[in-house]
Formats: sequence, structure tokens, C-alpha cells
Amino acid sequence: MPLVSIRDLSVAFNGVPVLRGVALSLQKGEALGLVGESGSGKSVTWLAALGLLPRHAKISGSVLLDGREILAAPASELDHVRGGRVAMIFQDPASALNPVLSIRKQLCEALALHRDLTGDAVKAEARRLLDLVGIPDAARRLSAYPHEFSGGQVQRIMIAMALAGNPDLLIADEPTTALDATIQAQILELLSSIRRETGMAMVLISHDLGVVAENCDRVAVMYAGRIVEEAPAHQLFADPVHPYAQGLIGALPPLDGPRRRLTAIPGTVPDPASMPDGCAFAPRCELAAEPCRLATPTLAPIADDRSVACIRAEASRRALLGIAAE
Amino acid sequence: MGRYFAIRIGRAALTIVLVVTFAFVVLRLSGDPALMILGPEAPPEVLAAFRKAWGLDDPIWFQYLDYFGAIAKGELGRSMRDGRPAIELVLERIPATLALTLPAFAFKVALGIPAGIYAALHRGSGIDRAVMMTAVAGFTVPSFVLALLLVLVFAVQLGWLPSGGQDSWRHAILPIVTLSLGGAAVLARFTRSAMLEVLGQPYIRTASAKGVPWRKVVTSHALPNAAIPTVTILGFMVGTLIAGAVVVESVFAWPGVGRLLVVAVANRDLAVVQCILLLVAMTMVTSNLVVDFLYGFLDPRLRAKGAHA
Repeated sequence: MPLVSIRDLSVAFNGVPVLRGVALSLQKGEALGLVGESGSGKSVTWLAALGLLPRHAKISGSVLLDGREILAAPASELDHVRGGRVAMIFQDPASALNPVLSIRKQLCEALALHRDLTGDAVKAEARRLLDLVGIPDAARRLSAYPHEFSGGQVQRIMIAMALAGNPDLLIADEPTTALDATIQAQILELLSSIRRETGMAMVLISHDLGVVAENCDRVAVMYAGRIVEEAPAHQLFADPVHPYAQGLIGALPPLDGPRRRLTAIPGTVPDPASMPDGCAFAPRCELAAEPCRLATPTLAPIADDRSVACIRAEASRRALLGIAAE
Repeated sequence: MGRYFAIRIGRAALTIVLVVTFAFVVLRLSGDPALMILGPEAPPEVLAAFRKAWGLDDPIWFQYLDYFGAIAKGELGRSMRDGRPAIELVLERIPATLALTLPAFAFKVALGIPAGIYAALHRGSGIDRAVMMTAVAGFTVPSFVLALLLVLVFAVQLGWLPSGGQDSWRHAILPIVTLSLGGAAVLARFTRSAMLEVLGQPYIRTASAKGVPWRKVVTSHALPNAAIPTVTILGFMVGTLIAGAVVVESVFAWPGVGRLLVVAVANRDLAVVQCILLLVAMTMVTSNLVVDFLYGFLDPRLRAKGAHA
């Protein structure tokens, strides 16, 4: 049984659909990368799954955690899932911690919620967690406030807080986007060392394909509120099938081999309020044909562990191989 | 921390001096107390004697220095009407004013803050809209209009409550209600927007994401942050406890400091007006100081800044 299984998840804000039937599953201990442009629904997928969207969001579909439906679960059950089974860290660490509460208070709060610890045991565990994420002088720093730490340190504290409940899954929503390149590498290294030790699964939401390629087993590409391609990381980068995925990867400079012109995807993401009929990528797609504008393609398997939502998948693959042969 | 407060106390003292100076100059340039108190028919030699007795014929800078010299000795002058020390006249009115403004302050807080929090938590609901409409009405309607409206309904039409005077606790009800409603409205709107601002912050989502139950997210994560701007307006309200009821006391013939101020200004009873203004400036400034202190207590970011200031 997969750890998480999302089926047909849709979200609309004020009648405007932002997620349009997302299907995704995640095995225990797996690292899944979720890539796509801003607004493609990467974060919304997980905020919706955990019940963290504002009340006016219309959500439908199904999210199973260990086979149990959590999408319409009562608040008391969700509070147990959030932080306890599934933890989440966010993009902008500086504003993600409460500015008027000490680190100790925020860390111990998470510990008290999800672990049967009391009194000194809570404090000892809080110190251990800060040590684990590499905050020096943990005992003293616990009484400090968020503004007294650097951005990278705050993200480390966020990670410590996320680990407080011993979660089975960590959703890292653009965890390094707001950080310097060197700090970025340190945080990613920290995350993977924690995963090696705990066996925790991870969803890494990012628009940085390099980050995803290095840190994930499998990658799902999102476009306009849907998953358009899903594949093992090395396969996706070596041989992307969906024209959008090809476009994303074509826009990356290759590290080896001859220099080539970087390709850009023409046009922009369609406005969610006025989605084109059929495939949402068709207006920007060089391979688009008449049938593309008629029906929305569904995510269909093309190999053992790969699937793609494109009726021109075969043509697209051939086109890619043709380019590669030149 | 010490320097932070030393600077603030220095500024507060300067504010008081400026207020008192301004009142001193304006009062002396805007009318002749001798004419006001003795009447235009008084013979010129009587007027001259009055001016000489009160030092009104000295140059203004001389009177000013004289005034500050007296304050330094703890003397705030005497009323020109009955010769009693001004401070005595003012102090004996303060209980009456506080009998209105203290309960009104309690009602403002008890009504306004919960209403604002509730409206923010149920944004867009019918109750939110009702609270906000009441709040807009509450602070756009001037207090004398509200006072007259309440008198019309509860004193004239229904005859349930007296329309003025200070004979029993029932006389205090309408003035207290008048004072409370406007303040509660301001506070409700302020608290609501402070709460909405805070509820939209990423750290609120972080708290929910780590499994904190919503009720606790509100009480231990949102409220302490929303308290910071709300304290500002509360401080301002505390500052108006002494002289915030001028209009209401006049409408309801309530013998408090506010009415004394109106009468003293009309008569150019200089010492009394100055004494009241000094007191008002001091309460305002003190409550501002307390607010500054509370900021440091509520917001660790300011605490750190204060330590380096």
C-alpha cells in the first residue's frame, strides 16, 4: 500500500479551478520531486491534502494516508496527521516562524502535540533536535527569538520543528528558494542526511530542476493544475516525453557535451480563469494537433513506472530522438 | 533598555512643556479674563485692579516665567472666579468623570475586542458584516448626536432613564453607553484588521501545519501578535480617561472635569484651564509611555532594538 495516494484532487478558488484532477502516489521512504512553473498547483496540492487552504477553497477528490481518507477528516484527526504523520516546511523561513514566541516555545509546542514527553524530557528533545539540524550552542539558542537567526538557521529550525513529530513524510515546499546558493546546498544536504537516518519520505516542491534531479527518486511535472508527466528522476531528465517536460529540460544548460542553444517555451501559462479546451499546454506546444484541442489528455502509463498525459507522446518522443540524432 | 526609556521620558517631558506653553499663549491672546469674569459693564478702574491683581498687565513672557516658577514650587494657580486653588477644583471633579470613563473603558474593551476578533475569524459572514456596519455607524456618528438620540429614545419616549444630572447610578447609564459605543466601534474595527493581518501571515499556516488545533492557533499564535497594534489604540483610550468626556458631560449635565473645562474656557479662568490641560497632557504622555513599555514586553524584536538604542 502506498503511503499517500491522491486521486482526482481538484481545488477551486471562487469558482476558478487551480487544481484539475491531480493523481499522485508516494511510497514509504520515497523522495518525490514536484516541478512546474509558479501557479501550476505544486503547493496547493499538498496544502489541500492537509486541509491548510482557506475555507473558501472548494476541494474535491480523495487523499489516502495509509489507506485512510484524510481529505474530509474531522479537525481533530487532521491535527494528528499534520506535524505527526506529515510535516511541512515552507519557502520563506523568515516569516514562517512566529516572531513573538521563542524557539523553545515553538519547538516544544510541536513536541508536546505529537510525542508523549513531559517536563525536562521535552526540553532535552528540543535541544537534541536543534543539535541534529546543526544549530550550534542549542541549549542557549533555545530561548532566542526568530529574528535573532539568519535565514538558513531559521530554515534549520523549521526542519527541527518538522521532525519533532517523527513524521513519515516531509513536504518541503521550495525550502531553499529564499536562501543563498551555499546555504541552499547545506539545507538540501541536511534533508538528505536526515532521510538516510530516519527513512522518512519526502516531497520536494521546487522549480529548480537541478535540485530535484539531485535529491529525488521520482519526479512529477505539473502544468496548469495537472500532472503531465511522472517518471523516475534519471529517466525524466534523460528522456522527457511530454512536450512541456521537454521544454523545461531543454531550457537547462547541459554540463557536458557540445554547447547548444537553450530553448525557451513560447507563450505563457494560461490564466486559470480561462483555460483552453482540451490540453492546457496545446497553445504553447509545437506538436499540437487538432485532437489536442478537443479532449483533455489523461495521465496514462507508457512504461513500467512512467506515465504521461499527452496524446502526442509517441510523436513527441520521436521528435526528441530526432533532435538528439542530429 | 535604560537608555530607551530615558529618551522616551525626555520626549514625554518635552511634550508636556509644549502643550502647556501652547495653552498658555493661546488663552492669553484670545480674550481678556477681566472682561469675561467681571462683565463688560464693570468700571475701567475695577477691570484694571483685577488685571493688576492677577498679573494680567505684565508682559506675556514675564507671566510665562512666573507661571513656570510657580509650577516648580508645586503651585498651579488659583481660579479667578472664586479664588480657590485650581488644582482643588479640578481634583474634586475627577471622581465624577472617572465614574463615567472607567466603566465606559471597560465596556469598550469588553465589547470591541471580542467583536473584532470574532468578525476577523468569521470574515465575510453575516455577523462580520453586521459588526462592521455597526462599527462604521459607531464612529461616524458624533457623540453628541448619539447622546441626543439616546436621550430622545430612553428619556423622552420611553421615560426609563433620566436625561441629565448626577443624582443616582441611573443617571450614569446613558452617558456611559454613549461613551462606550463609539469607542467599542473603533476598537472592534481596529482589532479586526489587526487580526486579519496576522491570520494571513505564514507563521499561522506553520502553526496549523504542525498540528496545533485551530483554537490554540488563534489564542497562542494570532492573538499575541494582534495585541501589538491593538495596545496602541488602548493606550490612546486610557489617555482620554480624564478629559475624553467633554461633550458627553456637557450634554448630560454631568459635573465632571469636562464640564469644568468648558465653563473655565468660556470664562477664561486661566489657571483652571491650564491645570486641566496639564493633567490631560500628563495622562496622555504617561499612557503613551506605558504603551511603549508594553511594546517591548509584547514584541521581542523591539526589545532587542531597545537594548541597542
